[in-house]
Amino acid sequence: MSTPGSLLIQNGRVIDPANQVDAIADVLIEGTTIKRVGPKLAAPEGVETVDATGKVVCPGLIDIHVHLREPGFEYKETVLTGTRAAAAGGFTALCTMANTQPVNDNRSITDYILDKARTEGRVRVYAIGAVTRGLRGEELAELAELAEAGCVAFSDDGKCVMNADLYRRAMEYTLPFGTPVISHAEDQHLSKGAAMNEGVVSTELGIPGAPAVAEDVMVARDILLAELTGAHVHIAHLSTAGAVRLVRDAKARGVRVTAEVTPHHLTLTEDAVRAFDANTKMSPPLRSKRDAEALIEALADGTIDCVATDHAPHALSEKEGEFDHAAFGVVGLETAVSVLLDRLVRPGLLPLPTLVARMSRGPAHLLNLPGGSLAPGAPGDVTILDLDRELTVDPARFHSKSRNTPFAGWTLRGGPWKTIVSGKVVSG
Amino acid sequence: MAWTRKHLLAMRDLDAAEITLLIDTAASLEEIATREIKKVPALRGKTIVNLFYESSTRTRTSFEIAGKWLSADVINFSASGSSTSKGESFIDTAKNIAAMSPDVVVVRHSSAGAAAILARELPCSIVNAGDGAHEHPTQALLDLLTIRERKGHFDGLHVAIVGDIAHSRVARSNIHGMRKLGMTVTVAGPPTLIPPYAQELGVKVAYRLEDAIRDVDVIMMLRLQQERMTAGLIPSLREYSHYWGLTLDKLAVHARPDVLIMHPGPVNRGVELSPEVADGPYSVILDQVAKGVAVRMGVLFLLAGSKGAGENA
Repeated sequence: MSTPGSLLIQNGRVIDPANQVDAIADVLIEGTTIKRVGPKLAAPEGVETVDATGKVVCPGLIDIHVHLREPGFEYKETVLTGTRAAAAGGFTALCTMANTQPVNDNRSITDYILDKARTEGRVRVYAIGAVTRGLRGEELAELAELAEAGCVAFSDDGKCVMNADLYRRAMEYTLPFGTPVISHAEDQHLSKGAAMNEGVVSTELGIPGAPAVAEDVMVARDILLAELTGAHVHIAHLSTAGAVRLVRDAKARGVRVTAEVTPHHLTLTEDAVRAFDANTKMSPPLRSKRDAEALIEALADGTIDCVATDHAPHALSEKEGEFDHAAFGVVGLETAVSVLLDRLVRPGLLPLPTLVARMSRGPAHLLNLPGGSLAPGAPGDVTILDLDRELTVDPARFHSKSRNTPFAGWTLRGGPWKTIVSGKVVSG
Repeated sequence: MAWTRKHLLAMRDLDAAEITLLIDTAASLEEIATREIKKVPALRGKTIVNLFYESSTRTRTSFEIAGKWLSADVINFSASGSSTSKGESFIDTAKNIAAMSPDVVVVRHSSAGAAAILARELPCSIVNAGDGAHEHPTQALLDLLTIRERKGHFDGLHVAIVGDIAHSRVARSNIHGMRKLGMTVTVAGPPTLIPPYAQELGVKVAYRLEDAIRDVDVIMMLRLQQERMTAGLIPSLREYSHYWGLTLDKLAVHARPDVLIMHPGPVNRGVELSPEVADGPYSVILDQVAKGVAVRMGVLFLLAGSKGAGENA
């Protein structure tokens, strides 16, 4: 992320929701930061140019929910392969979750991850620290030191902190740092043994299901704790209509709650599980059509603040066997933009500027990250989209180490064209 | 009609004509059991592997006898369940078996979807001999054959399936099969043992045994697994058998005199069925077992016989 120079992106449709821009314009990056946005900018001498005619130029996309798996699970993904996948998918920054081995519950692990990111990362990497030691849900991790080391949020993602008192204390303790807690909202008693959503499909297939309320009761709890403590709680991978309603009501009351949604929960339902393909198994599970519709509506109206992929790489051996024994999670970095452009924007379910906002300004704003804007002085992070590009999802061509996508074989129109980090083209 | 499927995975996949063909084929092979020399050459030179990841005595034996009476070479292979951490995975074991060129693999597994996954991964025909709580199609077929022989027809019959519906592959396969053949199905049990959205399977739901067994033609009692208590689904075996155990007294008061009592076995005597009912005049439980061999002969014949084995999954 060095090599300062100048880059002029010419004649694209610039969509910059943070600054209410949606017009044909040029974007000039000087060094590592945005210099200017405007029509027909004069090209400084020696500037490198990109002809973006017919393309969409937006602030670099940010994914705040990624599992880079390093350290500990390098056979699934590494900082190098995960950030390559991110760049290929149009993301210029990501946050990596704490459920590594060892867990990112102390400064040395955060340092390790961020150091790897500096030397091997293709995009910006931010670390999310664990809330509790070893993700065990028993005692607080050294949150202040983690924050000082650079953690931008705290989460035991993958597990829910079931002890409400401990979670309350985590919210209070981190208040001065301005770092939200990110809640994996799942009552682990209600979801015990579950491998999919509880509904008519789970009944037919004989697979134990987790009811939607396993999520709803925890979202309700965390909203109430946020109200009690004044802390900012961010709900990861919102997946139910009930949770949408709870977040909407809480926001209307002024509670500091935000939420994200994954591309797979927006575009797939529990029906996809019928083929017993473990690439349709994740936590939270694919829900009903009614839930997916509520999520799309909530993403459009701003109840849900951002899209996040929950990119969760797993080796083939962890996904090819029995459905109930398979690992939870799917990769998402390299399919998110195309899936959402094709399945939400093209049919008119979500305006393009809204999608851009939910993937750039939205995530930057809620974690106080640089970027998400093309204002002068902002990081020179830009994603250029090609809305006409046609592709068929082929996991064999992923940059990620893992192939566990539910979208294999999907034919999609629209996708990332170029990814630019600090003024440097990292993909496309 | 001709049989066109490569696999038998689920009753949900089949239409009424296919189910009838399976039952008719089984019925035509039933008399082999009465011969002095119980062997026909229909599957000579064919290899059938019983690949059982979950222990089972009667189903495995039933498939084994069925294959042998049809002159196939039958090999039993007991594999441990999924153990990616220790030893061979489920898929690897199956691929190793498949490399020895069997014509049919009969698979039993504790995980739903196991048979469907093998059908995707292996080149041979797959018969689902029970996959978790999903389906057990040959059990449903033998139940249907038993009912047809006793009642003479299916149309308009009313069946009560009683007990742990939520965890029962037998219930699921029978619900699909019975509904497709024009029967009415009531499922009954404590609400914690009835799966969510059961009505959407096209069945009625009853929460009292007395309501469920009134005026039905067939009562199918399911086995109660001990682990349902530790999972907090029922308070005690004692309470369950008091309210849900079928006794002669309850039958006399609430059921029709010509009702059939079925059970997929093995029976928990004194829990879901009193011994007097299990061995009594209403019971067709041993009939079911006998029909099981005929049904499995029919299935193996249609899948592996020289005629009829198609390529369609």
